[in-house]
Amino acid sequence: MKMKTLAAMALAGSMAAGTAMADLVIPDLSYRTGPYAAGGTPFSDGYQDYFALLNARDGGIGGEAVRVIECETAYNTERGVECYEATKGEGALIYQPLSTGITYQLIPRATADNIPLHTMGYGRTSAANGEVFNWVFNYPANYWDAASVAVNYLLDENGGSLDGKTIALVYHNSAYGKEPIRTLEELSAMHGFTLTQLAVDHPGQEQKSQWLQIRRERPDYVLMWGWGVMNQVAVQEAANIGFPMENFIGNWWAGAEHDVTPAGMAANGYKSLNMNPVIDYPVLAEIQSLVHDAGNAAGDGSHLGSVLYVRGMYAAMLAAEAIAKAQEIHGVANVTPAMVRDGMEALEITNARMTELGMEGIGPEFAVTCQNHGGAGQGLVQQWNASSGVWEPLTGFISPDASVIAPLVAEDSAAFAAESGITPGCL
Amino acid sequence: MSADFLYGIEVVINGLMAGVLYALVALGFVLIFKASGIFNFAQGVMALFAALTLVGIMEGQVPFAHLINAVFGTNIHHFGWQVPAILAIFMTVLVMIAFAWAVQHFVFRHLVGQEPIILFMATIGLAYFLEGVGDLMWGSSIRTLALGLPQGGSLWVEEMTSGLGGDDFYGFFIDKLDMVATLVALVLVAGLVAFAQYTKQGRAMRAVADDHQAALSVGISLSYIWVLVWSLAGIVALVAGIMWGAKSGVQFSLSLIALKALPVLMLGGFTSIPGAIVGGMIIGVGEKLFEYTIGAPYLGGATENWFAYMLALVFLVFRPQGLFGERIIERV
Repeated sequence: MKMKTLAAMALAGSMAAGTAMADLVIPDLSYRTGPYAAGGTPFSDGYQDYFALLNARDGGIGGEAVRVIECETAYNTERGVECYEATKGEGALIYQPLSTGITYQLIPRATADNIPLHTMGYGRTSAANGEVFNWVFNYPANYWDAASVAVNYLLDENGGSLDGKTIALVYHNSAYGKEPIRTLEELSAMHGFTLTQLAVDHPGQEQKSQWLQIRRERPDYVLMWGWGVMNQVAVQEAANIGFPMENFIGNWWAGAEHDVTPAGMAANGYKSLNMNPVIDYPVLAEIQSLVHDAGNAAGDGSHLGSVLYVRGMYAAMLAAEAIAKAQEIHGVANVTPAMVRDGMEALEITNARMTELGMEGIGPEFAVTCQNHGGAGQGLVQQWNASSGVWEPLTGFISPDASVIAPLVAEDSAAFAAESGITPGCL
Repeated sequence: MSADFLYGIEVVINGLMAGVLYALVALGFVLIFKASGIFNFAQGVMALFAALTLVGIMEGQVPFAHLINAVFGTNIHHFGWQVPAILAIFMTVLVMIAFAWAVQHFVFRHLVGQEPIILFMATIGLAYFLEGVGDLMWGSSIRTLALGLPQGGSLWVEEMTSGLGGDDFYGFFIDKLDMVATLVALVLVAGLVAFAQYTKQGRAMRAVADDHQAALSVGISLSYIWVLVWSLAGIVALVAGIMWGAKSGVQFSLSLIALKALPVLMLGGFTSIPGAIVGGMIIGVGEKLFEYTIGAPYLGGATENWFAYMLALVFLVFRPQGLFGERIIERV
């Protein structure tokens, strides 16, 4: 009797395992703890809630249920790599590392394991060259695009000329923070503005020296490449020295609600780039009714519709669309990571499709190719309205200067190919 | 006077005030080390926990709400009331005293007589435990500390001093919050020194710090003194959490402010309350002045973190016990 029970349990277990293995497995390398949790939590909530919506509304993607495996990285590179190693054996289809440091570590591993990485608006910029980085995708935009979009916005604000202007870059003193420097130097030479670089050491709680320097030198504009506590302190310090907030522009990782609320009304007018405008998307109501009200929210539900929640949801949508594309290309529902890579490389996001998904205007239209894994590279400028507590989109999507970005991508990816022994080409 | 010179003075003034903020964190380390010989790795997390608790109480947040909702399927977050700041501060102090008692009762009471490294390891465990409990109790969102503390540069100082230089000098910038922090730190140090010198408990605390065995032999309760010291360190952590939290919002990176206190301790000594303040000021002025004169113009900036440690190391080489630390005398 005992043996029969054990055998039955083993059979049930193997069937359950079989079922689980048939799911579309999406790891979520989240960070809900530690100093950067305030940024990681809403992104992860949005990422997971969208897949929960697909399961609840559509039965998954192409009839296959999605199984999200969450792994806590605490925004720590070593833990991120551990999460990757711990989850890849589950049949992981696509990774969103959510950290430039983790991305750099995973590029060689994921390439060797034939698992695609999607580094949306972060990571290694030159991964936009798909002929070198076959398994890495950074659509819809990257850091160099962001730098160019910011400068293009300022050009527009100044009648097409920045000649004689001074722009200070306040940046996190890390690989992430240094990413835009090369691009801004090129743009500085091209447009005749003076670029001042001000590094802020991790974590960025003490920035008095940098803001005293800004007060002394009085640049026309300040751009910021910050993350975590650096953003909140910078906004407060800018207000303290009376720097005009409308001339202070953060990148898209320095433009969430929690970056500005600690400074209160003093943050009013601060601007930032964004890749996903915050508006009332119809899909949010669906998530509310089918996921949150059903008690299946990834978090406590408080972040629904915030900047980083919407970005996480947008990332999940792009992953889901790539999986659907892979299913269409290969004619099977239960796709492999290699098939998903094919789907990512053939991905085409149109306004009609975004509207159909209840996300009209969440991002620019773009099509991915083997040569271009970076998408359209567009971003918009938003401004914080402290009275209403809302990020208001100021512009439509602005294109970067491809004549500057493309040669930089080609140069950097060629150097990577040479040092890694990669022969560029399409798969 | 030239603008460069005047801006140099401005950097010194701001360095002094930044140093006071560092010293606020260092004070908690000093109190515990002085009385028990324990290097409290959890001091930064205590500042975070105290600030989180203060904001949570003020906002009427239900502690452990996320956990309660997950277990019981409820949807509670707030009690529906707001607590006045003064009352919330008082309640937070009570929480920190309860925490001090728990630390003594459940951890250090069982580690009496152990090697210092064991006690240090226990505080590492305590730090991670407290960070996790703080997350479970209050969540990981960034909260605004609505205590009404003044923010921004003092226009009065700016206007009064703008005439000292030419057109390229805009007057001294002094942050009003830093001025408040300096005042609070001075009151805190004066209070702690007075407590240690003139109260029975303070004298008992000093006796324990001088010699545990001798203090025990005259009937001083080691357990009571340790609870007292951890409570004081908790109150100092609350003050540090308020001042730093007012700059950045109350968030989990507050625990990292301990990194700014370490060079202060190395320089000022682990056992001197005034040493923490003076050490903080030297570190603050040193790192800011170095950044202004050498770091930013010639080294690409962001020199403050490593320069603070280098400055402390230089002092250590010549005076290992720190500027105000007790002289180390080893007799064979």
